[in-house]
Amino acid sequence: MDTFIDVALLALLAVTAYAIVRLHDMLAVVMLSGIYSLLSAALFVVLDAVDVAFTEAAVGAGVSTLLLLATLGLVGREARPPEHRAWLPLAVVIVTGLALVYGTYDMPPFGAADNPVQQHVAPHYLEHTATEIGVPNVVTAVLASYRGYDTLGEVSVVFTAGVGVLLLLRRR
Amino acid sequence: MRHHLVLRVVGKLLVAPILLFGLYVQFHGDYGPGGGFQAGVIFASGFFLCGLIFGLERLQRVLPEAMVRNLVALGVLLFAGVGVAAMILGANFLDYDVLGGTPVAGQHVGILLVELGVGISVFGVMMTAFYAFAARWAGA
Repeated sequence: MDTFIDVALLALLAVTAYAIVRLHDMLAVVMLSGIYSLLSAALFVVLDAVDVAFTEAAVGAGVSTLLLLATLGLVGREARPPEHRAWLPLAVVIVTGLALVYGTYDMPPFGAADNPVQQHVAPHYLEHTATEIGVPNVVTAVLASYRGYDTLGEVSVVFTAGVGVLLLLRRR
Repeated sequence: MRHHLVLRVVGKLLVAPILLFGLYVQFHGDYGPGGGFQAGVIFASGFFLCGLIFGLERLQRVLPEAMVRNLVALGVLLFAGVGVAAMILGANFLDYDVLGGTPVAGQHVGILLVELGVGISVFGVMMTAFYAFAARWAGA
């Protein structure tokens, strides 16, 4: 059942991505990218990453769609058809994709308990969150306390994005 | 939007629960999925709905553009300020243990303030982007 859900979601993702590439009507493309974000959020839920799924659904399927629609209100709905065929880029992408798939054969089993990534700080965070931090949500404990410095960097990136938007788009 | 009666009525009914849900997500990030990033976005989308239904001038009377710009910086300042407060109290940067009576209480205070800073900053950036686009509709 799990595999069926995974395969179905990934297949829908592939179909949506193909449709986004091939359509010329930008309104349909914006709607489809909202659907793409929602499917990604569903995949994250299947992977038990609920915080990430929440953020992806709120930002990708919610606000991003709205801001892209606002942009469409300014630039119009039709995209120019492409001027040249993209055979060489397609070949490069296919070769790279096949090389990456070949590379996954060397990786440890997905989600196994004895993977190297689960051996260093992850057990420490999981075991000591209750005593050292006292919050039930380990994701928030890692994000805000154990890795608080990284989150400060993230907020600075968001701030810089806001400043960039102001610099580019303010009318004055 | 004057002719779209259903949209106006339903929108008016939805704005308050959306804002309330945003606050819920912000402050219950400790106990369930949530936290600053999600809450900032949800809170902003409540105001987007307001702006789309009632027009930009009325939205700008509630949330002036200058205030929104200040909120962007205020969020980062709050986050970094918690770190500096920890340094003033003698510990390392962003070491929340010293912010309360016991280390666990200090962690709670630190996490709450830090997530609030994140939420405020994300809200400010989303509103800034909306105002930047919407101002161009009015002028274009």
